[in-house]
Amino acid sequence: MASTATPNTPQKEYADIPGTFVFDADQSAKGYAINAFCMTLLKAPNREAFKANEAEYLKPFGLSDEQTEAILTRQWNRMLELGGNIYFTAKLGATDGLSFQQVAAKMTGMTQEGYAEMMLKGGRSVEGSRTRTEWEKKNG
Amino acid sequence: MAKLVGGICCSHVPAIGAALDNGKTQEPYWTRVFSGFEKSKEWFRQMKPDACIVVFNDHATAFSMDIVPTFALGCAAEFHPADEGWGPRPVPVVKGHPALAAHIAQSVINDEFDLTIVNKMEVDHGLTVPLSLMFGQPEQWPCPVIPLAVNVVLFPPPSGKRCFDLGKAIRTAIESFPEDLRVVIFGTGGMSHQISGPRAGLINSNFDKAFMDSLAGDASYAKDIKHVTYMREAGAEGIEMVMWLVARGAMDAKVEEKYRFYTVPASNTAVGHLILENAV
Repeated sequence: MASTATPNTPQKEYADIPGTFVFDADQSAKGYAINAFCMTLLKAPNREAFKANEAEYLKPFGLSDEQTEAILTRQWNRMLELGGNIYFTAKLGATDGLSFQQVAAKMTGMTQEGYAEMMLKGGRSVEGSRTRTEWEKKNG
Repeated sequence: MAKLVGGICCSHVPAIGAALDNGKTQEPYWTRVFSGFEKSKEWFRQMKPDACIVVFNDHATAFSMDIVPTFALGCAAEFHPADEGWGPRPVPVVKGHPALAAHIAQSVINDEFDLTIVNKMEVDHGLTVPLSLMFGQPEQWPCPVIPLAVNVVLFPPPSGKRCFDLGKAIRTAIESFPEDLRVVIFGTGGMSHQISGPRAGLINSNFDKAFMDSLAGDASYAKDIKHVTYMREAGAEGIEMVMWLVARGAMDAKVEEKYRFYTVPASNTAVGHLILENAV
């Protein structure tokens, strides 16, 4: 499930930040096709064409099989793990009629209501969310 | 000669634009956000700026992964609101100031800041939401706007110190422009937020407040914050706060805090807002 995804490779100084996919040059190279596909969704006719036949629409972008599957099944964390960036994948969210908050909620594994309520109460606390060790302790 | 009369820092959450565009401003959730900008509107009317420089970030709208400029200055005569997937925001076309923009480009490049020049660019919520917060829903924006796009999407963005120093170079450029213009600089984005991955929803008000305190002071703490610290403490997307440092760098070493506002949340994000003037 979403929350078990393993972001970042260990040698990077930000690898210890939990639950986070840092979109660096390595990720960008890996995910070029995902992000190139998402950019096409900025145009309304393309959004329509995609919705009409998703699998067919995805063919020309040079996506790997796992990238294609992540997009078709809307695995939002998996798309980031495979090199997508949130500002790009949010355009897929927009095509599905989702706001940034709705897409964000999906990546946390929380319900929409639960996530919205957490935000109203001041958001996710940084306490217990700074390192992988404390994150695992807090979230099990 | 042109003169820098103030600095405005504020967040740019897309949901704020959507709330305005869809007539939700009277809902309590949103009045809490918009009421924080009423005094700012009055401040702006009294300052009567002739041009604004808005430091913002593009969200995969004008710049795909094909080309990612670290700093890109908008030198065009106008910039159209972009369709970000929900249709373009119903806001006025942003009129530029090509003469001042060209002068800034020349001046800061000679000052060793190798900017990218942009002569055609659509602008997304990163630019238009701060304008909406400050100016409401006018027929036309109150003055020309020079967009300065900063890459904060592809890691790493420029360092806080580099942003601060670019601000200083922009100040030099403004003050060598021969027309008597009153200029305001905006630093936008932030504050703490994370909209990606299982840790989405992170907010750190203590970090945000310390950051604003530093900007209202000499900014020495804020400008040396490392990228990894922004991401760990203020969320992966909280790194946008480096853009506030461009605005702060353009101001005098000593500033006066004219106004401050902070609220949590707007959608996924902490909304922060500062108005600074050079101390007399």
